[in-house]
Amino acid sequence: MEKILLPDIKDFHLIDVYESNGGYSAAKKAFTQTSDEIIDQVKKSGLRGRGGAAFLAGLKWSFMPKTTDKPKYLCVNGDESEPGSFKDRQIFEFNPHQMIEGTIITCYAIGAKTAYVYIRGEYHKWIKLLQKAIDDAYTKGYLGEKMKETFGTDFTCDIYIHKGAGAYICGEESSLMNSIEGKRGYPRVKPPFPAQNGLWGCPTTINNVETIANVPKIIEKGWEWFSKIGHPKHPGTLLFGVSGHVNKPGVYELPSGTLLTEIIYSHAGGVPKDKKILCVIPGGTSMPPLRGDQLEGVKMDAESLKEVGSAIGTGGVIVMDEDTDLVKVLARIAHFYHHESCGQCTPCREGTGWLEKILKRILAGKGSTSDLDLLIIVANQIEGNTICALGEAAAWPVKFMVDRFRDYFEQRVSKELSLPVANKVHSMRHTAFPLADVKN
Amino acid sequence: MSFKFTQENLDKIEQEVKKYPVRKPAVMAALYLGQEQNGFISNEVIKEVANVLEMSAEEVLGVVTFYTMYHQKQMGKYHIQVCTNVSCMLRGGYEIWDQVKDKYGIDHLGVTDDQKFSLEEVECMGSCGTAPMIAVNEDFYENLSKEKVEEILASLGSAN
Repeated sequence: MEKILLPDIKDFHLIDVYESNGGYSAAKKAFTQTSDEIIDQVKKSGLRGRGGAAFLAGLKWSFMPKTTDKPKYLCVNGDESEPGSFKDRQIFEFNPHQMIEGTIITCYAIGAKTAYVYIRGEYHKWIKLLQKAIDDAYTKGYLGEKMKETFGTDFTCDIYIHKGAGAYICGEESSLMNSIEGKRGYPRVKPPFPAQNGLWGCPTTINNVETIANVPKIIEKGWEWFSKIGHPKHPGTLLFGVSGHVNKPGVYELPSGTLLTEIIYSHAGGVPKDKKILCVIPGGTSMPPLRGDQLEGVKMDAESLKEVGSAIGTGGVIVMDEDTDLVKVLARIAHFYHHESCGQCTPCREGTGWLEKILKRILAGKGSTSDLDLLIIVANQIEGNTICALGEAAAWPVKFMVDRFRDYFEQRVSKELSLPVANKVHSMRHTAFPLADVKN
Repeated sequence: MSFKFTQENLDKIEQEVKKYPVRKPAVMAALYLGQEQNGFISNEVIKEVANVLEMSAEEVLGVVTFYTMYHQKQMGKYHIQVCTNVSCMLRGGYEIWDQVKDKYGIDHLGVTDDQKFSLEEVECMGSCGTAPMIAVNEDFYENLSKEKVEEILASLGSAN
């Protein structure tokens, strides 16, 4: 199978090697067409966002207003903070120019003269690597004023890196925009949507790094070619990041719709010591987990995963063998979302803390059967009641793991234990956490 | 203690400002520079950043407290970050966390008395496929075992 995003070509990250393999020819081709034609091709290709929501990229672009006095912006989302997701850094390291070329084409299609690549602050190394690639692209005349000469067009655009500083929520598109604006990374209420009211109140499109990196190949080889790869409703290859209990963890580029079992057993080398699989999270920790006995025949694309009650997310596959302590895993996941909740919406700010505390109680062997119901009640109170999707991201793993592994969790709690006070909110507020302890 | 940016850093901030239509977005880069020059983000650093970027100190403080990579106290010369999120945890992240904690006798966001080492339990760093991992300042160390961690820590010297 041909790899679209991470081809096996030595030194492909270098601009000369990229050029000698046809690099930047897609941009040249794009400038011979109108922006509407580009959007139309990406729409027809069926390219869907790779950042989690799997929204149609071409459709998103078409929301950008055609006539406006305001400048337009593109944000390329490389915040990549979802636990289990580590694919964008592969693109920064091994194929940065395809992403840059995709950014140029996208800017042209939506009429943006400035693109910001948002990269998480911890990725010091990858920020340097991408900056080097951007500098090289400027030197070669693929960006900035020199574009006019190189591409024979009136259009110019600039790419800047905006470095984050350690906040998972900044991967959420409206939070990302606030972060670029130099504010706390609070998500914004939608509507208005970014295409109407984005960066500094101007029309803005936000796409994931992997989504953007696909664009040059669609322009080069045509939308028909792309639409025939993998699952017809979610075409293309996906970068599956496999981690946890597998022999060969890593990123594997495979057509969408590849069997989950094939990814785990053929590509990632199976489970160490041939242990059984207890649980798999198919798309990063916010996605509903699957039981080990549920994996047969599961295909890895947005549509197929929906059918089995999960979602593709960022394609981060986390495998857990039969000896894994699922309570510990879930408590760790709950801790993460509690830590990363921005604190704007009460259900998420308070609810994520509740989930963590209840799970830690169960982990300490002090949980009661009613705690399992309480977890689901709290999760349901968060879901759908928040400004952004971090609410769902926190609620789903808890809700679905407790539900799908009810037998497992019931063995870890006691039927006899009951909490001393009926009103548990009241009891936690006034006795369990005296004010003196609340330092943070 | 008053704080003023060096001319070199002021120039760097102006370079950052050029990326954006207004001055404010450069606050994140300016805070990194302030942290680097001063060792941590003091109230004086906040005032200086606010002054340079024509913001209120409160706005700058709001940014500082939102992001975990800005430190309001002096961290160690070697800031050791250990990921214990799920993918690392499944491959021994917590064993490494305990190992580093025990070695220096400090906990999350603790600093050794000689200010040489500090420790942070971090959330997923994107090294899931090469787990477990630690980071020392800006450098990632991946595919670790307890022995490898011991080697890395030994290369940093010992706490006085």
